Amino acid sequence: MLAPFWALLMGRSAILALGLVGLVLGLFVVSLLIGPSTASVGDSTYALITGQGGPLSVVMREIRLPRALLGVLIGGSLGLSGAAMQGYLRNPLADPGLIGVSGSAALGAVLAIQTGLAAIAALALPVMALGGALLGVLLVLLLAGPRGTSLALILAGIAISAFAAALTSLVLNLSPNPYAANEIVFWMMGSLADRSMTHVWIALPFLLGGGLLLGSLGRGLDALTLGEDAAEAMGINLLRLRLTVILGTAAVVGASTAVAGAIGFVGLVMPHLLRGFVGSRPGALLWAATLGGAAMILASDILVRLVVPDRDLKLGVVTALVGAPLFLHLIYRTRKEGV
Amino acid sequence: MMLLSLHNLSVKRGRKRVISEVDLTLGQGEVVGLVGPNGAGKTTLMRAALGLIPADGQSSLAALSARARGKAVAWMPQSREIAWSVTVETVIRLGRTPHLRAGQKQRPEDQAAVDRAIEQMGLDRFRDRPATQLSGGEQARVLIARSLAQEAPLLIADEPTAGLDPAHQIAAMRSFTQAAAQGRGVLVSLHDLGLAARHCTRLIVLHNGKIAADGLPQDTLTPSIVKTVFGITAFSQITDKGFVFQALDLTS
Repeated sequence: MLAPFWALLMGRSAILALGLVGLVLGLFVVSLLIGPSTASVGDSTYALITGQGGPLSVVMREIRLPRALLGVLIGGSLGLSGAAMQGYLRNPLADPGLIGVSGSAALGAVLAIQTGLAAIAALALPVMALGGALLGVLLVLLLAGPRGTSLALILAGIAISAFAAALTSLVLNLSPNPYAANEIVFWMMGSLADRSMTHVWIALPFLLGGGLLLGSLGRGLDALTLGEDAAEAMGINLLRLRLTVILGTAAVVGASTAVAGAIGFVGLVMPHLLRGFVGSRPGALLWAATLGGAAMILASDILVRLVVPDRDLKLGVVTALVGAPLFLHLIYRTRKEGV
Repeated sequence: MMLLSLHNLSVKRGRKRVISEVDLTLGQGEVVGLVGPNGAGKTTLMRAALGLIPADGQSSLAALSARARGKAVAWMPQSREIAWSVTVETVIRLGRTPHLRAGQKQRPEDQAAVDRAIEQMGLDRFRDRPATQLSGGEQARVLIARSLAQEAPLLIADEPTAGLDPAHQIAAMRSFTQAAAQGRGVLVSLHDLGLAARHCTRLIVLHNGKIAADGLPQDTLTPSIVKTVFGITAFSQITDKGFVFQALDLTS
């Protein structure tokens, strides 16, 4: 009975992996092909690959490609960090924003817009947002202590988030320039519009580095299913695990927020949605949530462009609009199961 | 071969010493019961011996690297945490964690160890059930099986029989005896003195963080020790079915 069971399980995760990879690839192609300039699929692809399509090549390579790439990278990062955070805290309600990184990254970005630095140099905004994220994670580590419990980490994260949000409000409050305030509000909603390859290159090292850190956590997170004491006695270095979770999450969430603004609900909903498909194993959920997150951001970003193309609907608004009802449905289902 | 040796082990909580200068060795083939009233320091002593909390003095296990310790000892904590609704087999397979390098796939010998543990704890019909849907006693058996699957030379279990029905209490103690017969050693904390008296090869009575008695069950559960440490009177007798111990009444 054992062999068929394993075959079945392997088969199921293989099907899930194939399905998710196919979905991400499909959405990536669709994301490349839609936009205000209407060109045939053949022309677009030719322009993208050869660079011989005149203005269409510029559109494909400078506008649509970075947008689709950032969608995959940021979506994957948010899904992965959400799964890692939930696995580490052993709580399905945990979110990568919980450790205060997205709040402090947003504060850095807001300061860049407010001081006008963002208008002078295009790179000022993402760089200051990354700086904010770094400062935020250092403060959280300092507050929670390197050996602190997960509860201390949550409390420190909440405190830093609240403080960053208060400072952001203060900047908005005192802003003498209504245009800057307007820009800040829109930026905070999160978007992938008008990003260039430069944004991709800025974010890529942090997203890949953080992603590798988080991706290495599978076995430790699996062992943590039995509690911190049992995991430690099975040879898991909890101190290192904790640092890896914090630094990996800070890198990917900080970089995501720096180039795309605050995009909520992906890190919360995706692990929740896919948990059942991987037999609830937190280690297996890492890759599944990565692919799922990439698909969710790509799909939302396509929706943004299709539904009201002329109104610049913000990505973060759509992910929250899609994510919140999905989350409510999951809660309802969980309640019915009586867990 | 000694599987555990503690020398002069002390643990402070704040300024209070909760474990004072404990000396203890445990060898192959032993099932050592750790008994004592609530707050005597049983859990603290076990965790300090494992090196999970800071302690003064020496412990052979705490001196090991995390990985080497995972191969030397299996630890079953008192809190029976199973955070996600993974299957029973998945939980038990986690016991193989210390034997696998990062990224290494499960080998046939790992599956064999998992199957042995499942068989030993009679969990075959639960194998594919989500562990979180089982009763508390069934979960306890799953977690005992998890620590057995680790197949470490030493097993340290903190009140593994709490909440089990009599048949499964005996089955759990038998699985420890069986492990000892295979040359392993077991240190198990218990509240049921009758169970401890019957199934342990040796008892350690812990009182206010100190070892009050260490020896064969009939030599440690004497009327005077039972009275001073536990505050109870008891009936005990060496019968043709072995040493029998039954708590009777409070002393006061």
